[in-house]
Amino acid sequence: MGLLSDPNRRRALTNLLTRLNTPLCIVCYLAGVAWFMGLAFEPFTLRTYMSENAMGSTMVEERFLAGERALVTAREFAAQKKKMGGMPVDWLVKAMQARGLEVFTQSFSRTLPFPDENKERYMVHGTNVYGILRAPRAPRTEALVLSAPCTPGSSNNQAVGLLLGLAQYFRGQMYWAKDIIFLVNEHDLIGMQAWLEGYHHTNTTGMSWTPLEGRGGSIQAALSLELSSDIITSLDLVLEGLNGQLPNLDLANLFYAFCQKIGVLCTIQGKLQRNDWDSAAGYSQAVQTMLLMVLKQASGRPWGDHGLFLRYHIEAASIRGINSFRQYKTDLTTVGKLLEGMFRKLNNLLERLHQSYFFYLLPSLSRFVSIGYYMPAFGLLAAILLLLVGMREPFGPGVLSVLTPLIISHLTGVALYTLPIMAQQTAVEHFPVSETEAVVLTAIAIYTAGLALPHNTHRVLSGEGTEEGWRVLKLIAIFYMAVLLGCTALINFSLGFILALTLVPVAAFITPHVPRVLSALVMVLLSPGSTLLFSIFVYQELQEAPITLLEGWNLFLSVISQGILDHNLYGSLVYPLISLLVYPCWLLLWNILFWK
Amino acid sequence: MTAGRCTAALLAAVLVCGLTCASTAAAEEAITEEYESISNANEHVQAQDDYARSQKRREITEHDDDQNEPPPSSSSSSSSSSSSSSSPPSKDYFKEELVIRPLSSGDIYASFQFQTRWDTDFFAPGKKVSHYRLFPKSLGQLMSKFSVREMHVSFTQGYWRTMQWGQPFLPAPPGAELWVWFQDSVADVDGAWKELTNVLSGIFCASLNFIDSTNTVEPTASFKPLGVGNVTHQRFLRYAVLPREIVCTENLTPWKKLLPCGSKAGLAVLMKSEKLFHSSFLSLAVHIRPVCQDWGCKGTAWELRQTVNVVFDLHTTGQGKREWSFFKMFSRTLTEACPLATSSKVYIDVTDNPQGELFELNPAAPSLTQAVVLGDRRTYAVYDLMASGTFGLLRSLNVLLRWKTPGNFSTQVDMLRPLLHGERYVAGYGLQTGEIHTLIYNNHPYRAFPVLLLDIVPWYLRLYIHTLTVTSKSRENKPSYIHYQPSKDRLRPHLLEMLIQLPPNSVTEVTVQFERALLKWTEYTPDPNHGFYVGSSVISALVPSVVAMDTIFPESSYFVRVYTEPLLVNLPTPDFSMPYNVICLTCTVVAVGYGSLYNLLTRTFQVEEPSPGVVKRLANMIRYLRGVPLL
Repeated sequence: MGLLSDPNRRRALTNLLTRLNTPLCIVCYLAGVAWFMGLAFEPFTLRTYMSENAMGSTMVEERFLAGERALVTAREFAAQKKKMGGMPVDWLVKAMQARGLEVFTQSFSRTLPFPDENKERYMVHGTNVYGILRAPRAPRTEALVLSAPCTPGSSNNQAVGLLLGLAQYFRGQMYWAKDIIFLVNEHDLIGMQAWLEGYHHTNTTGMSWTPLEGRGGSIQAALSLELSSDIITSLDLVLEGLNGQLPNLDLANLFYAFCQKIGVLCTIQGKLQRNDWDSAAGYSQAVQTMLLMVLKQASGRPWGDHGLFLRYHIEAASIRGINSFRQYKTDLTTVGKLLEGMFRKLNNLLERLHQSYFFYLLPSLSRFVSIGYYMPAFGLLAAILLLLVGMREPFGPGVLSVLTPLIISHLTGVALYTLPIMAQQTAVEHFPVSETEAVVLTAIAIYTAGLALPHNTHRVLSGEGTEEGWRVLKLIAIFYMAVLLGCTALINFSLGFILALTLVPVAAFITPHVPRVLSALVMVLLSPGSTLLFSIFVYQELQEAPITLLEGWNLFLSVISQGILDHNLYGSLVYPLISLLVYPCWLLLWNILFWK
Repeated sequence: MTAGRCTAALLAAVLVCGLTCASTAAAEEAITEEYESISNANEHVQAQDDYARSQKRREITEHDDDQNEPPPSSSSSSSSSSSSSSSPPSKDYFKEELVIRPLSSGDIYASFQFQTRWDTDFFAPGKKVSHYRLFPKSLGQLMSKFSVREMHVSFTQGYWRTMQWGQPFLPAPPGAELWVWFQDSVADVDGAWKELTNVLSGIFCASLNFIDSTNTVEPTASFKPLGVGNVTHQRFLRYAVLPREIVCTENLTPWKKLLPCGSKAGLAVLMKSEKLFHSSFLSLAVHIRPVCQDWGCKGTAWELRQTVNVVFDLHTTGQGKREWSFFKMFSRTLTEACPLATSSKVYIDVTDNPQGELFELNPAAPSLTQAVVLGDRRTYAVYDLMASGTFGLLRSLNVLLRWKTPGNFSTQVDMLRPLLHGERYVAGYGLQTGEIHTLIYNNHPYRAFPVLLLDIVPWYLRLYIHTLTVTSKSRENKPSYIHYQPSKDRLRPHLLEMLIQLPPNSVTEVTVQFERALLKWTEYTPDPNHGFYVGSSVISALVPSVVAMDTIFPESSYFVRVYTEPLLVNLPTPDFSMPYNVICLTCTVVAVGYGSLYNLLTRTFQVEEPSPGVVKRLANMIRYLRGVPLL
């Protein structure tokens, strides 16, 4: 601090910063990106370890043997499902009752704001069936949840079969200290949302459901099971939940520990861990896994039925059985043993899972990057914004002149947020499109129209766009962006980092004096919408399912509609964040480019 | 409104009447007092009318309620007087019984009751009771030292599942419950209560010493004395629940030591702890109350009732076979009655099995008896352990229940619909606010009846009492009586008592919002992330009897107390796992960051003149002394 309190030295420092501003910014940016890419390099990451003592030292002995019987139940369930043409509620109720559970049902209905073309649903009616295994040792204060979605078609029957098999086995045990809730939810996330809202008696999304009649106290942890084949080759763990929330890392550790113990291949993001970290292929595998996690987290959508639990501070994960062409096969008994072990460990918990990290990235299941390691990557990008602010001269009058661009860009944002759904009827009447297309195309239209808006209205107030005017506007835009990205990164690092990666360069180079056409092109390419488009291509590339440009465009449209739906159905905050804050911020920079 | 108030008075009166043994004096006092507290003076005429009606009802409920406990107590008073007439002046006797009821869910409910009665007066002036025979000395001394009039303590593991098991003989909330009526001669009730809880904590090896002012309340209407006496002001009542208390063998052992025969002989032989705790529900209780010595009620006697209620789970312990015997349940058989007992009997509920078509008993019961329990007429098979023929040739009694329907439990019955039951849960998410929902079900097809709801909420959940709503059938249901005592931080809990009329065949929902307090960092428990418990709420009611549906007793009803589940609520919790890091980081940030930034922002900087030479300084000093301006 002596450096700053000494005016001479302070002046020298300021001079240095001003003189070297551009190189410093570039160095910061490159260092940020390099740091981020380095996170996946194994020597830089930490090995995962079980922090929770209650789950650590005592390995339980698994005795579940009824995998074959679970398969029989699964077939029976499949037959019933086919017969009913949907969820066989009565059969499930009887099946759960026969296994000695207290069984309850909940029916729900929800009309989507516009038809969901991916899942082909608009007016959704469904029923959740759940059975509670009452713990003999506890007075209904705590519970664990095992859920399996009942999906149309032939998928996921094995999950329901295994769930019932486990219910029967668990019912015969004496050691339960937490009630165990076995839930079969219809219409995947919508049913889960209805059940969770009913359980906690809240209504955040305007869904209608019948109140629940049986409860088990505060839910400590939840696992969602997805199995679609009789034998599997590996189990995939899905962690990313609503708004990029993640469950406590101990839940992932628990899964990994039991996979190791029982000898099941386990993956995350569908990627198997490689042992050769020092080879290029090993490193690339780790980077791909981590990038996939970053992209999924940034999307802010729940990537499995577990994703909605996280809002209620319930640690949850989805376990997905994968049947590929690998040699090594695992039967349902083994999966049942794995779940038995996990539930027994969770049953031992004395407190909620809280010992381990809530903010992390996983380059593989056995390695993690904690918040302390990944935040500097974002910090280096955010430092650019601070450097840019330091360069500005203190400004005097003319603040008023930037008020109109601010208001106009935010009004555009509000239009982008509200109009697509409000105007869908009108759009459908006037254009030959479906409702879903209408919503998405309206959104894109408003987004594009925002670029053409009369941004130079400030001249009405101050006569003419002054040199000082755009400097003030840029200063405000940079401050705005710094606060916005900083807050986003704290809540959802991935989203904040991806946005910073594209928006910070724009903020750095933009002035009214740069070549206009070229800059405009670059700006559009770095706008939030294009970022989404690139992310889709990168995601597909990482999934090893590359797509053509046209497919990419179609996917882009469907992703936008999914984003709007996620917001309306589950309360995901990414769409409002982009439309109400990020996009207007970007428009401010666009405004500077066309400052006259 | 007046009607509501009268119901309140009436109900309270009937609660008192139904529960006292025979004292009209107590009942009268209670009625008038309740009446005064609830209704106005100018409704006096109507109240007298009520009073007359409640008197009439009292006679009926008394008849009913004597059988509220397991059946034999109905015949207790008559048989006891004859059998123990030959004992010395301060006579005492001991009775033991075991009631087994196969529940409709397939579980087995076993209820032990050991009753010791002693015709003595602990509080007779100038006479110190020092010679104890059957009555445990530790409890007797406790009674006289703290001038206790009535004491009820229970320790419970698990939760009584009303929907599957029906009503228990003696309800108890999960954890430990203690309520005590003191004599009106006690001046410092709080002091006596504190000492008493500490002594009891020692006697039962339980954490009753954690009872302090923050979890003790004085309910106005829900807990009336069950014995004779003339004090009914809640000033002398203390009630506390410890929902977190874990019941274990260390509680059972001292409990068994209070019995005259210990666990050496009699029914207590069956109480092997490894079996008792391998169950779905276990409740130990001790109840002491003053009762009348005879029908004329010339003198008082002390009654000590020790009970164990246990539910065994067929699924987990029966290995899928629906067959039960003493040996399977308790891994012991009965060989003799307690030699000190005047009566020792085993009752098995065979109501659902009148002709022996569902299950059979082996050995066959020597006799059957009928009794009205909890408003329902039940038939019991009786094994009298005092009779020599009971034990047979093997000198042991191992009653075996064998179901005739073969196989396992695939034919699960639907859940019961008990006339009254309650549920409770916390709604909402996040760590700032929440809402407590209490659901009370009245499943009677056509009768409405009032219930008393007692809610005790710790101070760290700050209730917003203005958000209290009571709705039945989606319409507001105005309680006719509300007693609310707000909490004081770190001193006392919230107490909420309400009298609510339940419409027939309805669900009544009581909701109240709360805010979660941020505790001081030393106030957190060692496991703060587990959550904090809120004890069960208590629903007390006179429920129309099932027998009454047969129109034999058109007015009759019986007393039921239902406990809801306790709640586990998370409070905002600091991260205790790295306090050192946090403290260091915070201090550093504050000291270095804030300090110097503040310094930079508030100080004015100017370039310092280079320091003057020695000559100039000397010259200035001289000028200063001379008083001329400096250079």
